[in-house]
Amino acid sequence: MKQFLSFAAAGVVAVTFGFAAQAETTVRVAYDADPVSLDPHEQLSGGTLQLSHMVFDPLVRWTQDLQFEPRLAKSWEQIDPVTTRFHLRSGVTFHSGNAMTANDVDWTFDRLKESPDFKGIFAPFADVKVIDDTTFDLITTEPYPLVLHTATYIFPMDSAFYSGTTTDGKDKAELVKHGDSFASRNVSGTGPYIVSEREQGVKVVFDRFANYWDADSKGNVDKIVLTPIKEDPTRVAALLAGDVDFIAPVPPTDLKRVEDDAKTNLITMPGTRIITFQMNQNRVEAFKDARVRKAIDFAVNNDAIVKKIMRGFGTVGAQASPAGYLGYDEALAPRFDLEQAKALMAEAGYADGFSITMMAPNNRYVNDDKIAQAVASMLSKINIKVDLQTLPKAQYWPKFDERAADMMMIGWHADTEDSANFHQFLSACPDATTGNGQYNSGAYCNAEADKLMDASNVETDPAKRADLLQKLEGILYEDAAFVPLHWQNLAWGARKGIHAEEIVNALNFPYFGDLVVD
Amino acid sequence: MLAYLVKRLFQAIAVMFAISLVSFAIQDNLGDPLRELVGQSVSDEVRQQLRDELGLNDSFLQQYLRFVGNALQGDLGTSYFFKEPALDVILKKLPATLELVFGATVIIIGLSVPLGVYTAIKPNSVASRIIMGASIIGISVPVFLTAILMIFVFSVELRWLPSFGRGDIVPVWGYWSTNFATADGWTHIMLPSVALASIMLPLFVRLIRAEMMETLQSEYVKYAKAKGIHPGRIYFVHALKNTLLPVITVGGVQIGTMVAYTILTETVFQWPGMGFMFLEAVNRVDTPLIVAYLIVVGFIFVVTNTIVDLIYGLVNPTVNLARMGA
Repeated sequence: MKQFLSFAAAGVVAVTFGFAAQAETTVRVAYDADPVSLDPHEQLSGGTLQLSHMVFDPLVRWTQDLQFEPRLAKSWEQIDPVTTRFHLRSGVTFHSGNAMTANDVDWTFDRLKESPDFKGIFAPFADVKVIDDTTFDLITTEPYPLVLHTATYIFPMDSAFYSGTTTDGKDKAELVKHGDSFASRNVSGTGPYIVSEREQGVKVVFDRFANYWDADSKGNVDKIVLTPIKEDPTRVAALLAGDVDFIAPVPPTDLKRVEDDAKTNLITMPGTRIITFQMNQNRVEAFKDARVRKAIDFAVNNDAIVKKIMRGFGTVGAQASPAGYLGYDEALAPRFDLEQAKALMAEAGYADGFSITMMAPNNRYVNDDKIAQAVASMLSKINIKVDLQTLPKAQYWPKFDERAADMMMIGWHADTEDSANFHQFLSACPDATTGNGQYNSGAYCNAEADKLMDASNVETDPAKRADLLQKLEGILYEDAAFVPLHWQNLAWGARKGIHAEEIVNALNFPYFGDLVVD
Repeated sequence: MLAYLVKRLFQAIAVMFAISLVSFAIQDNLGDPLRELVGQSVSDEVRQQLRDELGLNDSFLQQYLRFVGNALQGDLGTSYFFKEPALDVILKKLPATLELVFGATVIIIGLSVPLGVYTAIKPNSVASRIIMGASIIGISVPVFLTAILMIFVFSVELRWLPSFGRGDIVPVWGYWSTNFATADGWTHIMLPSVALASIMLPLFVRLIRAEMMETLQSEYVKYAKAKGIHPGRIYFVHALKNTLLPVITVGGVQIGTMVAYTILTETVFQWPGMGFMFLEAVNRVDTPLIVAYLIVVGFIFVVTNTIVDLIYGLVNPTVNLARMGA
């Protein structure tokens, strides 16, 4: 079967380009995990989006410098404050052979609104109105600044392919979070690759889609074999041994080896996931005092953490928004000054310090447990005794939901790629009805900050929005709402001759369709 | 004999009941499966709704009785991650693990008998000292370290053998695809088998050596020597046979243990067997799969121990299985 498929693919390539059989280009990719499902709406995770960019195409996508690039939507314009009109590319076909139209976008939008994982992102959106085959209106309930941000999540699905019932009478469109469904095992998108073989947890084989619409793409890879390799040392060894061609992530301990090896290239890029500690004001009286929180921020040497523990594999942060986001304010500098930290503690009446508990995961973020240990020992310098417990992520999250320790670690990546998202989940006043502050274990609450966030969510002028969001970051910085540590960098390793540096981005969705191999 | 087997079967069922109860009791401490099923920004309300759908909000007793009811009909639950019956997932992964264990067992048997006998006959030779020294290192170095070292030497530096996975496998029957049919398959299974064997091999060399040395002191060996029988015959026929009883006992238990050790070996080599699957299931809090794995492994333990007892009876006719079973 495998041989037949590759043979068939080679045949298709030969016919399309009109030359005799040529050796096909195969790229063997190793990630730390393989996609959980072929259904693009089942789980909102990096793995799902990486798959979506291979098998589907979004309406628009992010470029390396975080701008929007037209994909299936070739242009768009705002026709009133709540309506954006999109014009689709014509002549795009799905893997099944069906033509892609605005009806497929409408169908996909409705399905996204049903998905437990995605409906949050699409909450500000009311409807998709189909004008004709290649035109549709995306309508929000209120003026909304993140229409294009959200359009990066719309990967039109083949509505005809996913309609009807399976032989055992199940609806093909069914979205099942757990258990079997048609969409979790079958896929038809417009993307550069067709899934030709898949064994969960073992490998996924992708073949180039012969009728891919983007004929201008320089991508010349005919076949991709994705293998999950969970263990960091094994994944690196597989690359160095030449058993695979492209790996992600590269662990900090092996960055140098991949970089120094004559046969491999290392590609790194600042990421957008901020790692922070939150200080629980409901559990510790002293944390209600901004001076104590600030003292902690001053006591934590996040620069040393990045240099020593992360081996330079991170960008020191003083706020939640990474550079390139609207809310990023370069005036906010990382703070570290032990004397000032001690002075602030004394001023607040805690010169003798106090004892607190701390929890952190030990397999969720890069070096998470070591970072927590370092922070704990840094806090002892200002007489805060820390009782630290690190847990596997599976046990950590229930503890986090219980707010089980006085200081807890959390890393956050904004699904919307927008500054307001950090505040909404990490530092807004906790509110069960709106879902604000769902991950605010510090219980920090500042009405002024929340007002700025709300105002930014309906402000469509980017300059005014940037102003609001930067003001918001400034307040959080002044209040020391949380302890910002760093943004984790991203790292990929590739065999020489694979031009991976052109297809990777800060979002960690490599655009394999455009991958060029010598 | 039959009575013995029936009794063993009941024991197996009791063991598996106990395992299911224990694994069910600890599953709340493994973490929240919902966290692994949904994205980070999904609201608590939606998560609770999914918990209800999965029946995770029912009481422990309700959940357990539902599980036992289904288990009696051969349904050990559905894996959250694979979205297939847990038992099917395990059965698909089982051949890879068994081939690995088989490979390691062949290495262990093939090497431990000659090495054990040699070091017993010539305890003071240089070669014996080297073997015994190496066996201490083998016992004390953890398997994941051995495995990573071997990958570094044989895959990265020398580039003789592949670093991960099963390579080119050939379907044999049902879920069973074999590594032993192609050259590529052979090269892939080599490193993992050696790594897995590295834990047990020193133990067996030492065991055979100790038993053999004891046997060589016995009267009948001295008598055989005095009688002028060829040394090879004395060592390998008369003496070795009598050293094998304890070796078989220990061996049976250890093969069961080896299935457990596959967890580490398979993880390092990305070997798509059930040990690796189990570790992943623990990370993902895939509780149905965890419980099913523990039950299947418990079953394997009971079966191997039963077979060992049967072989014991064959090797040593004085062991009366019927009496043991009574």
